[in-house]
Amino acid sequence: MTAAAAGRDSGSSIAAEESGAEPQAPPYRAATATRKRTPRRCREWPLAGELALRCRHPLAAGARHHRRHAAGKGFRSVTRWRHLQGGSGAAMAEAFKTVEPLEYYRRFLKENCRPDGRELGEFRTTTVNIGSITTADGSALVKFGNTTVICGVKAELATPTEDSANKGYIVPNVELPSLCSPRFRSGPPGEEAQAASQFIADVIENSQIIAKEDLCIANGKLVWVLYCDIICMDYDGNLLDASAFALLAALKNVQLPSVTINEETGLSEVNFKQKNPLMIRKHPVATSFAIFDDTLLIVDPNAEEEDLATGTVTVVTDEEDRLCSVHKPGGSPLTGAKLQDCITRAITRQREVKKLIDKVINSIKPK
Amino acid sequence: VAMELWGYRAMGGSCLRPFSCELGPLSRPDGSAAFLQGDTSVLAALYGPAEAKGNRELPERAALEVLLRPKTGLPGVGERSREQLLRRTCEAVVLGRLHPRCAVSVVLQVVADGGSLLSCCLNAACMGLLDAGLPLASLFCGVTCALHPDGSLILDPTTRQEQEARAVLTFAIDSAEKKVLMASTKGACSMEEMQQCIAAAQSAADTIFQFYRDSIRRRYSKS
Repeated sequence: MTAAAAGRDSGSSIAAEESGAEPQAPPYRAATATRKRTPRRCREWPLAGELALRCRHPLAAGARHHRRHAAGKGFRSVTRWRHLQGGSGAAMAEAFKTVEPLEYYRRFLKENCRPDGRELGEFRTTTVNIGSITTADGSALVKFGNTTVICGVKAELATPTEDSANKGYIVPNVELPSLCSPRFRSGPPGEEAQAASQFIADVIENSQIIAKEDLCIANGKLVWVLYCDIICMDYDGNLLDASAFALLAALKNVQLPSVTINEETGLSEVNFKQKNPLMIRKHPVATSFAIFDDTLLIVDPNAEEEDLATGTVTVVTDEEDRLCSVHKPGGSPLTGAKLQDCITRAITRQREVKKLIDKVINSIKPK
Repeated sequence: VAMELWGYRAMGGSCLRPFSCELGPLSRPDGSAAFLQGDTSVLAALYGPAEAKGNRELPERAALEVLLRPKTGLPGVGERSREQLLRRTCEAVVLGRLHPRCAVSVVLQVVADGGSLLSCCLNAACMGLLDAGLPLASLFCGVTCALHPDGSLILDPTTRQEQEARAVLTFAIDSAEKKVLMASTKGACSMEEMQQCIAAAQSAADTIFQFYRDSIRRRYSKS
């Protein structure tokens, strides 16, 4: 009962950049003709603007330049910088990143790309696997790059309250255990976990993903309670998107046994042989953006980008392009037009995610 | 110095409820404010910048903390989520880098909830920050808009109007460029409706900022 599908947003990736033909006569060779200058240029490559300009990937340019040095291509004497062989270019970039993380990011963003090779509007590879937990009534595991979130839905029977006699309950809970990131401590849920739980509860409520009347078995007597436990296993940013996606995929996977109430005894009888899927009315999909330097918007931020960003926005849309939630918890102020851009991007993302879910659901259907 | 001011402005068919503000009602905190919007009332107390305790200390900026106390009972998940919204909104305007390794705590006590609670909390927090004299990049105000099922837009709705509404949107608008600092929505709406609400909130923000200015002027002209 397990299937997985992966989808990556369209858009050229940086890998293509690396395979590009190396220029035959690089302009920097002229500058490196004299012995005195070359080693200095080489050592300073992360700061040498002209090198970065030649390639969209600033580090690729530097590394390639450096490899030429190490291999001794185009230089009469190589003995003087043999000691710089191997990954010292990467080590220098690493040092630059440690000392000036924000400046490091800005260099990339100026070239319309990010250190992990993505473009600004590109999502990480999204993977979804449904039915991962056999003991749950429905489950899904979602990965956004390294971020891993698992959602299990457990259905239980309960009696409804007087004032909502024909309505069931959906109880979401987001857990951020200490294993998922060093920033979380074990113990009672922290602010981020509680805020995420509230966000998921709001999305369920606002989008009407399931009509609560559908969870009613016998009016005023018996209803279903769906406990949706969302657990983050690897935290690398964009928790809200991954959680909302995992919840939707898990709910699509739910198979509830049919329940009948025996007229004579008044007891409920559960038939585990006959199972019915839940009616999913809407497909809300969350799309998060990080705001860099008050103006630049990047989608699907990882943990590092979230920390450096000056704010985040999460937009939830459904298949009818209705806004189920616009969640902007403070941070840099945005104009209405910028928010509109976010919404437009969120709508295209909704289509992609919907397609991905449909593909997975169809792949496990018995033929 | 107790000071009260009433504002009631008509806003193109829809209007804000009367609001009033008392600056410095409490003696112990470094800054305090009581903000009233119709039947909704929130009391804000601000402590700091003071020494940060424990591991909350940040090496290059002030650590901000917002505590939201409900009218009755203990704070729950909903309060935590609002605290996060309020804290990040305040962090965006407070010039925290001027007070590294310090702590600022904003305590908000709900006195009465008659609708538009989040926007009242935002307004109380901003007045509290103003009263404490903390250096700010800009001011902010909270505006709640409700979309009625018949399509009309209600600003600053009451509890009843919120319950009847199809969608309730709360925005924090900054005073410098009238941009959206914070957004939080309940219910579903279309893109156009949201843009309408932002425009309405931005024009309502002018009224509120004028009210802020008047309250501060009165406070300092008397004493």
